Amino acid sequence: MTEAEIYSALTEVFQDVFDDDGITLTPKTTAADVPGWDSQAHVNLVVAAEVRFGVRFRTAELESLHDVGDFVQLIARKKEGR
Amino acid sequence: MDQLAWLPLHADLSAAIGEARRLTEPRARLAAAIRLSGYRRDFTLTGRIDRLAAEGLADPAAPGQQSPALTPLRLAILASHTVDHLVPSIRVSGLGRRLALSVHVAPYGLYRQALLGEDPDLAAFAPQLILLALDARDAPIDLPLEAAEAEVVAAVTARVEELRLLWRRARERYGAQVVQQTLVPADPPIFGSFEALVPAAPYAVTERLNTAIRAAAREDGVLLLDLAWMAARQGQAAGLADPVRWHQAKQLVSPILAPLYGDLLARVVMAVAGLSRKCLVLDLDNTIWGGVIGDDGLDGIKLGQGNATGEAFLAFQRYAAALGRRGVILAVCSKNTQEVAEEAFARHPEMVLKRGDIACFMANWNDKAGNLRQIARTLNIGLDSLVFVDDNPAEREIVRRELPEVAVPELPEDVANYPETVAAGGYFEAATFTADDAARNRSYVLNAERKAALDQATDLEGYLRSLAMTMTVKEVGAGELPRVTQLINKTNQFNLTTRRYTEVETERFSTDPETVMLSLRLRDRFGDNGLISVVIARPDAALAANELLIDTWLMSCRVLGRQVEQATLDVLARAAARKGATALIGEYRPTARNGMVAEHYARLGFAPLPAPAGAEPGATFWRYELGAAQTLTHFIEVEAA
Repeated sequence: MTEAEIYSALTEVFQDVFDDDGITLTPKTTAADVPGWDSQAHVNLVVAAEVRFGVRFRTAELESLHDVGDFVQLIARKKEGR
Repeated sequence: MDQLAWLPLHADLSAAIGEARRLTEPRARLAAAIRLSGYRRDFTLTGRIDRLAAEGLADPAAPGQQSPALTPLRLAILASHTVDHLVPSIRVSGLGRRLALSVHVAPYGLYRQALLGEDPDLAAFAPQLILLALDARDAPIDLPLEAAEAEVVAAVTARVEELRLLWRRARERYGAQVVQQTLVPADPPIFGSFEALVPAAPYAVTERLNTAIRAAAREDGVLLLDLAWMAARQGQAAGLADPVRWHQAKQLVSPILAPLYGDLLARVVMAVAGLSRKCLVLDLDNTIWGGVIGDDGLDGIKLGQGNATGEAFLAFQRYAAALGRRGVILAVCSKNTQEVAEEAFARHPEMVLKRGDIACFMANWNDKAGNLRQIARTLNIGLDSLVFVDDNPAEREIVRRELPEVAVPELPEDVANYPETVAAGGYFEAATFTADDAARNRSYVLNAERKAALDQATDLEGYLRSLAMTMTVKEVGAGELPRVTQLINKTNQFNLTTRRYTEVETERFSTDPETVMLSLRLRDRFGDNGLISVVIARPDAALAANELLIDTWLMSCRVLGRQVEQATLDVLARAAARKGATALIGEYRPTARNGMVAEHYARLGFAPLPAPAGAEPGATFWRYELGAAQTLTHFIEVEAA
């Protein structure tokens, strides 16, 4: 899976979780940029991404996410490691 | 097993939600949300359906205008773990089960304070149901592993006594029905299978707690959300508790299984609201036996011991029969020749279901939607009380399209999984179980025989006399409250006011010296119909001192057309006169379901009255003088219990 494909799929995940087709993601996107991205929505995002990409994030990995760029890198690493 | 496996798959649910979102009317979006809630959905799609419904649900008039109408209910959740992520799933499953749920979540972890101290938010919300959603990590019983059994018992008893205090407060403060969630074991075993043999081992303690909670709940009239049992059965609930989510967000239930959790809770609420389904309608060929009786004949169908398929069909029949024994009405809807189909019931030696178990038997070549309508009519129940089980996907699809009110579970390929799937659908969730329930299916079967007697009788009077009916009247006492409350909450059609009451409230009526609250039972030559009617007449601030308002008058549709109403009025008039009343005031509050009693009071000779100030719009009022000697014709012998 290329990085572009991950961005595209992750964008769909965000659009579904926030029910907003207008969301676009950049590496620098953070919770402050997306209305409704609170701690509960964050868990929903993580779980929806796990389902979408068929991966499982470790507790420690989830603590090191700061922006969408980190999230995409993490997914890419997970997909490679499989 | 997939969660919500009994719901059909939508070709593209995500697109359908997107399309519905463009509807401009909030009510139209709510209607779409109700429809889409009936498809298999994960937590993300469920969250989107919840948003679709939100604006419509916020309009207090909208739920009643939906078809089918939704029953609004206020549910408060007091939890020791995070539940916010479960709320959308609870509401959406509510829609699928004809509920418009308002959900209030008390601050996380503060459930004791909310009930023992002051919680203005909770008081303002005025919950009708309170769920105590606790988990095993909360207030753990921390005894040394070598502690003696007696110490564990004492600690468990103390913990349950604390819960009972909270339950009592919830009932007294809010008049709310309490639902207690059982504790899902949190810790992996430390002894393995030996675990339960060590009284103070965490698993053994949780088991003991759950057993004690269940026993206390039974005594206290508290309902269970038995999550521990669901988790232990695994299957659809596998992965319910995910430790990663616990450490990340104190979520006991993983978001993945939020839709299942929401449905498990919504169906308990549905049962409390009297909206559980009442009747299991079975197809025959390849549903309760293997093969086609018309082609394969009595000896050719697969049923019974000796081969795996035949045994699997037998197991499904056993499950259906067990549902019949707990009060679910059984019916048959099959494309077959009636005589051929009935012969299988009469003559196949392995049949568990007998012809006498089936209250309505429709085997013909007409379309199934029409036959299901006929079954509902014959049994005098709503289409929304039916669950139709058919192995044929095409028939299921047609019935879903023609009769969206009927629940049609999606069935797995293998009949061996039919019982589990019908059970998983949670259609028949109960909030009580009484001897009357156990006798219900039988009483519907007897009703079919009564109907046959009516067809043979030449005149109505002769028929009614031939039934030799006796009505037993009782002032409702403590022992009868659960049954009476159950009937109050599940009767929709013959119900003049559709006021729903909790057991706390009915208890108040039964102990109030000014109020008449009667329960009526009816038996006849065919058998006992059980509890069939409840009336409550009470003083009201808007009325004169010597007038009693008929707050509640409801009757089981099983005994329609037998002049029970006339006999009831006779009894009620006498009881009211004994309280010193000189007139009864009748009230009719129209709902989507109770049109059949719009003229009830007119038929009984009440005179129309102008609505008093503060009456609900649409309600009609009626007056009946007790002084004048009234003659009401009926052929029922009345006895006091």
